[in-house]
Amino acid sequence: MRDRPAVEAAVKARPRRLRPVPLAAAVAVLLAAMTAGLLEGAASLPPGEVLRAVFGLDSTLSPMEHALLTELRLPRVLLGALVGGLLALAGAGYQGVLRNPLADPYLLGASTGAGLGATLVIVHLPVAASYGVPVAAFTGALGGVALAYALGRAAGPGTGTLILAGVAVSSFLAAVQTFVQQAGVDRLEQVYSWLLGGLAGASWQSLGMILPYALVSTAVLLVHGRLLDVLAVGDDEAASLGVDAARIRLVVLAAASLATASAVAVSGLIGFVGIVVPHAVRRLAGGSYRILLPLSLLAGGAFLVVADLLARTLLAPGELPLGVLTAFIGAPFFLAILRSTRGRAS
Amino acid sequence: MIAVSGLDVVRDGRPVLREVGLDVAEGSWTAVIGPNGAGKSTLLQAVAGLLPHTGRIRLDGREGLRGRERARTVAYAPQNPLLPEDLTVLDYTLLGRSPYIPYLGRERAEDREIAERALLRLDLADFAGRRLGRMSGGERQRVVLARALAQQAPILMLDEPTTALDLGHQQQVLELLDELRLTEGLTVLTTLHDLGTAAQYADTLVLVSGGRVAACGTPAEVLTADLVGAHFGAKVSVTRGPDGRPRLALERP
Repeated sequence: MRDRPAVEAAVKARPRRLRPVPLAAAVAVLLAAMTAGLLEGAASLPPGEVLRAVFGLDSTLSPMEHALLTELRLPRVLLGALVGGLLALAGAGYQGVLRNPLADPYLLGASTGAGLGATLVIVHLPVAASYGVPVAAFTGALGGVALAYALGRAAGPGTGTLILAGVAVSSFLAAVQTFVQQAGVDRLEQVYSWLLGGLAGASWQSLGMILPYALVSTAVLLVHGRLLDVLAVGDDEAASLGVDAARIRLVVLAAASLATASAVAVSGLIGFVGIVVPHAVRRLAGGSYRILLPLSLLAGGAFLVVADLLARTLLAPGELPLGVLTAFIGAPFFLAILRSTRGRAS
Repeated sequence: MIAVSGLDVVRDGRPVLREVGLDVAEGSWTAVIGPNGAGKSTLLQAVAGLLPHTGRIRLDGREGLRGRERARTVAYAPQNPLLPEDLTVLDYTLLGRSPYIPYLGRERAEDREIAERALLRLDLADFAGRRLGRMSGGERQRVVLARALAQQAPILMLDEPTTALDLGHQQQVLELLDELRLTEGLTVLTTLHDLGTAAQYADTLVLVSGGRVAACGTPAEVLTADLVGAHFGAKVSVTRGPDGRPRLALERP
């Protein structure tokens, strides 16, 4: 141990650690991804004119090109960034409250609940599918998680019970979904295309529909970074630090589920983003949720915009299912990060 | 500093502690000893306010402390603290400032300075940016102490602070704890399963057996061959060291 004066001198000499740097880098990556998403596609548009048009200046784009840009590509890129960000942020939130690195936004029944809701509408209310599916998926996602939470809490305290309840609820809802789907085999293709996920239906309307929920859930999650760090040391120690773990778990779970429900309502089930992006960020920028949450939001957005760009250009004019592509490019990318940071993080 | 009376704890329908009383003087080191399953850890958790209980617990002259107010009075570390492996040493130490930060607040420069001072105090300043997963066992225990120190609570409660450490690191941590107690004026309450260690470091020993306090006093009063034989089922010989503290040696039956 050092004596007092030496300690005081060293405290003053210690530089403050900089956190804005990774944040600025993530913003730059997201903006670059979104720009690429706007410029590229089945039809390439001249970059200078696209940027002029996006910022409301006069451009030489033809009316059709202009409509392609503002009615299709722009909302799609924005929605991709939002959905990817929400899924990654929700994934980080779930991992934090459940203290489980394998947690993802779909673990507690959000995906199967949403799948059941969407399938019900597609099979039984096909006329209302365009607005009914998002609403039913949103409701189903929240309902699935609420059911898992209620059953988990009734069975006992602790995060393990909650996860097991989530697994049980997921299996049950998946079974019901399959049953409903069998009743309407003629609509199987529609159901599958929804389950695989994608942004082909992106519009200003779908963006506007989820924006309020997205903003609320994002704000709630981002302000809980410090408390998620406290939760990471366990419920007892959190209590000894004056933090009520159960209350924070409920608030963060609710916000993360709202974020997940918003994302699946407009994009179906896009896997892998919610688990891979937070882990990649954790490896590269550290495990504090104060930095992990905002970085996951930004990196998740960038990741999905790039994935969607590839999904609609690789087989143009056809489209690959986005959920397939996120796993296809996400898994190798993730393994590369695991390898390259192996020495540093473990 | 700590006054407990009539403490009862029931876990899963089974009484674990019955009518436990405890008095810990300010600035002293009290060690709770006892055979496995006697309720040592439960006693610490109950006093730290982490378990439902009946009875009276006064901490620093106040009763019924809760939440952040209690956390400013008692710093507690369990036997096997969870150390999130991707968290840095500084971020972990900063958690000790939680009792001073409002629900959605952020730590201030002052909190950061206190955390950094705790790291310097424990010779961990060079590790501030290192992830916990890369710290060794002895270093990890020091990091836990740094977090507790950053909490600036007058009472420090540690459940088996030297478990899983080799002999050298055990000594290092215990000496460190004693020095912190003396220089910072902390009151220390620990469980210690090693009776030799307890005899060397604690001022007062509380022998818990079968959920009750079986004996309480100075190490010389509590660590007698008779009491150890009766409550641990161990045959030992007890001698006095030059410092007047008892030395225990196992005898083969």
